[in-house]
Amino acid sequence: MNTHRNTTLLTARGITKHFGATKALDGVDLDINAGEVHVLLGENGAGKSTLVKVLAGIHGHDSGTIEGRTSLAVIHQELALVPELSVAENLFLNRLPRRFGFVDRAEMRRRAPELLNRVGLDVDPDAKVRDLGIAQQQMIEIARALDKDAGVLILDEPTAVLTDTETDRLLRIMAQLRDNGVGLTFITHHLDEIQRIADRVTVLRDGRSVGVLGPRATTQHMIELMVGRPIDEQYPRERQRAGQPLLRISGLTKNGVFSDIDIEVHAGEVVGIAGLVGAGRTEVARAAFGVDDYDSGTVEVDGKPLRRHDVQAAIKAGLGLVPEDRKGQGLVLTATVGQNLELVTLENRDAKRLHDIAGKLRVKGRVDQPVKELSGGNQQKVVIGKWLLADPKVLILDEPTRGVDVGAKVEIYELVNRMTAQGRAVLLVSSDLPEVIGMSDRVVVMAHGRVAGELPRGATQDQVMALAVQEISA
Amino acid sequence: MTTISIRKYASENGALAGLLVLALALAISNPAFLTAQNLVNVGVQAAAIAILAFGMTFVVVAGGIDLSVGSIAALAAMVGALTAGPVGLVVGALCGLVNGAMISYGKLPPFIATLAMLSVARGLTLVVSEGQPHNTDELVTFLGSNLAPMLPLPLLLMLAFFGITGLILTRTNLGRRMYAIGGNEEAAKLSGIDVRRQKLWIYALSGLFAAAAGLVLAGRLGSAGPQAAAGYELDAIAAVVIGGASLSGGVGRATGTLVGALVLAVLRNGLNLLQVHPFWQQVVIGVVIALAALLDSLRRR
Repeated sequence: MNTHRNTTLLTARGITKHFGATKALDGVDLDINAGEVHVLLGENGAGKSTLVKVLAGIHGHDSGTIEGRTSLAVIHQELALVPELSVAENLFLNRLPRRFGFVDRAEMRRRAPELLNRVGLDVDPDAKVRDLGIAQQQMIEIARALDKDAGVLILDEPTAVLTDTETDRLLRIMAQLRDNGVGLTFITHHLDEIQRIADRVTVLRDGRSVGVLGPRATTQHMIELMVGRPIDEQYPRERQRAGQPLLRISGLTKNGVFSDIDIEVHAGEVVGIAGLVGAGRTEVARAAFGVDDYDSGTVEVDGKPLRRHDVQAAIKAGLGLVPEDRKGQGLVLTATVGQNLELVTLENRDAKRLHDIAGKLRVKGRVDQPVKELSGGNQQKVVIGKWLLADPKVLILDEPTRGVDVGAKVEIYELVNRMTAQGRAVLLVSSDLPEVIGMSDRVVVMAHGRVAGELPRGATQDQVMALAVQEISA
Repeated sequence: MTTISIRKYASENGALAGLLVLALALAISNPAFLTAQNLVNVGVQAAAIAILAFGMTFVVVAGGIDLSVGSIAALAAMVGALTAGPVGLVVGALCGLVNGAMISYGKLPPFIATLAMLSVARGLTLVVSEGQPHNTDELVTFLGSNLAPMLPLPLLLMLAFFGITGLILTRTNLGRRMYAIGGNEEAAKLSGIDVRRQKLWIYALSGLFAAAAGLVLAGRLGSAGPQAAAGYELDAIAAVVIGGASLSGGVGRATGTLVGALVLAVLRNGLNLLQVHPFWQQVVIGVVIALAALLDSLRRR
């Protein structure tokens, strides 16, 4: 136990915030106590990020009071680092140590390691931030916040982009900070993380606080509060009998990235690809789809070999890819829902089918609404929808539910079910272990750019992890 | 009306409102402004810049920029005067294709590639003309003439190009792809759009429109000059931006660009009528461009 608890660092009462006619926050109360991890839970669009931005003073609020936000630091979803500057320069950005009016590099290098140590990060302070992984960049942001002696640290979905090991490390650092008396507010969609670290959970729905739970609340309870209705099953996979092979990747090799990849997906089947970040999963998916070139091997769709490095040929053969980065690679944010849906099928546009698909997707929003106004889950449904319109034989889904709330997740799983029921094949790349195990008929595990093994359905997380972390002798 | 549709209405018609306010102010301060003859003159003065700006709209919507349109207009007009008008159009389109090739296959930033073309095309104009102006042939001169009193062909051509631009942007696959490429090039690529080939066509179109503008300009003067249309690329960009297009791509409309070009022409005309010194005219026009962009950025917030 620690002695800091019960000192309230920040009190927010009755926070209400409108965006135009939309009520984003409606009378939300929140306490942040010293030595406590307070989780904010809610679907996308429930108001979590808005609340954080109001607390941080980025957005004003219409009514309500906030006390004690003097020592508040926020790690936002979008990292605020300068890629071209060094680690040390980023750490001290805005208050660079100076000597004779010039930046004191020696002093900066002297102080940087101490800060980096506090977050357990072992990188060269002179390295450019651009060259670091996303997890390391996030640690730098946290280190920077710590240097400001923040009493309250708010982390907005920091684990969405992290691997399991990286998440473990982050949670350990958070626990340490808590024991040192920092008040932490943590936004996450991963319910298992809540059980590991939360002292208290505030559930938001439609801009309102619908419940404050203790650390021992059940997953089921949390989901039902978030969604506002009972959810029967988290992974509602309906299995089909596998038909003829629709996607056959054989001996696919890109020197130094991945080698000798053999994957076969049959009609009606979902094959998962699990592995750590950096194992080469996304790279294989992109090469198979023709976005990136490869050195040797073949990709066949329904028996026909694909020309390499040719996205158009892949699409014509019946392949589709939902990329991992929804906003960066999947959507044209300046365009409407309808314009995004018809992106693949411009050549033979069919307004009736478009409305048909939009209806089936249950996208909340009109077809002529700008896609950037939709929540993450609805945006992802639009990306999947543009491929459904193209009627592919095989769809590759790369992290389809990253940053997507529980309700929309289940809807995406149901879309996967519908596709396989129609005899299509799905290749599911996912870092979410319960998901990849729960939704796949077989799981291929990749490690260090190779296939480390394949597991039948019903595999356990331990089995997958054992393969994912193994060292393969070349 | 909901907030969203009010905001949408304002952001789509802000430039038009500005144009109307401007026209109203001029009409009140100088009776000569609102005469039919003067309004037709404004239209003729707007024509060349508007046609350049329509071509620029394609490029800007697709997330690029074309600095070479003024030089291409001059080169096309000069080649047209030395040979025949249609040859000038072909030369303009070819210059645009070279821009497109440098950008999509040479992976040069549009700014650099078209900056190079700005210099090359102007240089070639001087070379083929030996630095002298040349009279245009009948066909080209006809482009600058009046079909009937109060019915100048440049004005009609401007409207025709306006219609073509609107059609291309909203009703063709090439147009829809411009928005996709400018909005998110990576997403366009991953959706099976051959981004590189589209860019070839987009810059070729810009070159073709620039050539047409050059011919209209030369036709009006009856002669093609080696320094014609110098600096017009900046007016074209200004017209596109005043019209509400975003230089980061994915946003822009033909009506906006038309209004943008008219704002510039009305402003120049009005400042002349009000006998503002030409030195000060430049200052005023710069301020108006900044204000237009500022209003736009405020509206988006």
